[in-house]
Amino acid sequence: MTAYEAEAAPVVIKDPSEALPAKIGRAVAKLPLHIFLMFIGVLWLMPTLGLFFESLLSPADAQSNGWWKVIAHPHLSTWANYSNVWHDTDIPTALRITAEIAIGGTLLPILIAALAGYAFAWVDFPGRDWLFVVVIALLVVPLQMALIPIFTLYNKAHLYDTILGLILFHTAFGLPFAIFLLRNFFIGIPRDILESARIDGASEVRIFLKLILPLGLPAIASLAIFQFLWTWNDLLVALVMARNTTPITVDIFSQLRQFGSNIDIIAPASFLSMIIPLGVFFSFQRYFAQGLLAGSVK
Amino acid sequence: MEPPPGAAPPAGGPGALRRNAVALGFLAPAVIILSVWIIYPTCYTIARSFFGQQGFGDFVGIDNYKALFTPFNSHNILLKAIKNSAIWILVAPAMVTAIGLIFAVLTERIRWAVAFKTVVFMPMAISLFATGVIWHVMYIKDPSQGAVNAGVGAIRSWFVSPGALSNALPSTSTLTGSPQKGYVLTKPISAGGTAQLGLTAIPPTDLSSSAKQVVVPRAKAGAIEGIVWRDFKPGGGVVGKPEQGELGIPGVHVNLLDSAGKKAGGATTGDDGAFEFKDVKGGGYKVSIDKSTFAAPFGGVSWLGSQLITPSIIIAYIWVWAGFAMVVIGAGLAAISREVLEAARTDGATEWQVFRRITVPMLAPVLSVVFITMLINVLKVFDIVISIAPGSTQSDAAVIAVQMWRQSFGGVNDFGLGSAIAVFLFVLVVPVLLLNVRRFKREV
Repeated sequence: MTAYEAEAAPVVIKDPSEALPAKIGRAVAKLPLHIFLMFIGVLWLMPTLGLFFESLLSPADAQSNGWWKVIAHPHLSTWANYSNVWHDTDIPTALRITAEIAIGGTLLPILIAALAGYAFAWVDFPGRDWLFVVVIALLVVPLQMALIPIFTLYNKAHLYDTILGLILFHTAFGLPFAIFLLRNFFIGIPRDILESARIDGASEVRIFLKLILPLGLPAIASLAIFQFLWTWNDLLVALVMARNTTPITVDIFSQLRQFGSNIDIIAPASFLSMIIPLGVFFSFQRYFAQGLLAGSVK
Repeated sequence: MEPPPGAAPPAGGPGALRRNAVALGFLAPAVIILSVWIIYPTCYTIARSFFGQQGFGDFVGIDNYKALFTPFNSHNILLKAIKNSAIWILVAPAMVTAIGLIFAVLTERIRWAVAFKTVVFMPMAISLFATGVIWHVMYIKDPSQGAVNAGVGAIRSWFVSPGALSNALPSTSTLTGSPQKGYVLTKPISAGGTAQLGLTAIPPTDLSSSAKQVVVPRAKAGAIEGIVWRDFKPGGGVVGKPEQGELGIPGVHVNLLDSAGKKAGGATTGDDGAFEFKDVKGGGYKVSIDKSTFAAPFGGVSWLGSQLITPSIIIAYIWVWAGFAMVVIGAGLAAISREVLEAARTDGATEWQVFRRITVPMLAPVLSVVFITMLINVLKVFDIVISIAPGSTQSDAAVIAVQMWRQSFGGVNDFGLGSAIAVFLFVLVVPVLLLNVRRFKREV
């Protein structure tokens, strides 16, 4: 699979003797395409930048101005909203909780899925294919099917409103895809490597730790990014399973009812909630695209 | 079924016991978690859907499912949600796939494809919830605050110029009519006559800065002379009479109507409010101020109102997912043999023919994967709906997943009905589930 950076434009064999006018002619013919795509690019970038500029406007300015005024009048911008959100609201706590959920909700399912993926790929046991079919079937079960029973269960088991409860829920619904992806990746590991390790008397645990995990790193990385973004960005699960121990999405959601009046909290808080996912996206874009392509229907 | 390449001897052979123990150890955590958090809840929810709000003592049969499809009862918002979900299913996956395809094909021809793809792909990293907040800001109704309406207003102003005076009223009863039809001077005028059209209720800010002192029109043979002026000056003045200190209104469209009421001429007032109809013969004319003068300025489309809310949210959703479609389709495109495309071009096929007859058919498998992925995703859409439509329009915007949450946890707390909605959602994805299983069985 290719990441999208890797796919090059079709190779055009250039004739070195090609006349300059012909080159210019081709460039001009492509001009509408460039303009169109630039327009689309600006259109796609605008909403996110808009929220950022909006977050820089003081409440009074936000009532009377569009965010685009900030571009022409930079003096309108202020970090005061961010300072307020950081010092006077629960947003920093919410960010910490979000991070804990996202990290736990990423590491745990990957570890469990890697173990299971290895067993499905390389350990022969009765009923293996049958069990894997179950995993594939679970791939598309909507999480709405679990909200009511798990809510009831959590209330009895004292997992309601806990970070652990949220992590376990995300783990469960991340597992089918993770097992599916890792099993398919592990099966591609050359057989000889495993055979010789087994002949050398390495234990299965040792093979898993010293061979499978390092060799599976590219797939694990893609998966980790996906799972991290998925848990970081979740709203529904936290909305149902938590009341006070809530991630940032739920905190902002509770502000939404007065959208017009407290945009000076909503906008900077939303932007703060986006910084980590955007950072992850820009740092690991390549793995992100690869994960998309390797994955199938979730 | 055959063991996969590299597996140790088949089950039952020497060492089988040890292998089974290993498999058990490796699989146990996954099996436990999947059983407790997905399989048991699925069974529970299916069973629960046949019971009422009170719990498992309250068996109601299929009443919860009937409520899903019954209009005009206390739950009729459910039917609305199902209709909205149907719109989503029909529109969103097809649009996302089509736009992704267009972007993927077009970016193959440019050198800055990576930059473009990064920009279009970026919304994927943002939570659907934050996306809702972003688009809520974009969709603000007031064009001075909402970017979408500012854009619409700018485009609209190329075709429809806003009226010079949207709030003005006649100063005397000599002018009759309405802002919607324009105002007519009731007294007929003959050639060589003059017309004085006074307006009031004009805020100083509405008046053009080029406006000058009004001058009483002088009669001219073979023409009708007239003025449109602001019949008001600080301190009052005499109503119906142009006075020192009162300003003419520039840029007003004035019509000349003949005795049959048909338009016989048109003019626009100058800076002093004066206008002139030349080459007029006979009498029985009437002078009117065109309705365009009173056209209200663009107030903004209410994207978040009950009529447009679902299309508006779908646009935001497409903004998020087009990048996904583009990247997956782009990878499929890269795998198509260049030779086939080049051969077709050499044979004289146009770019459109190449696209239609070769690219799209060869991409069919990838397109269907994207389409099905989006289909499943659209069924579960939740965050973006409740963050764009948090308030009174939530019922208009609601989809199945939103109603599942509202009925179960959003105050109603009817777990029976909520379970039925969840099962309905589940039933809709079962075909995809079977498709996946069949595809796997063909593989092994």
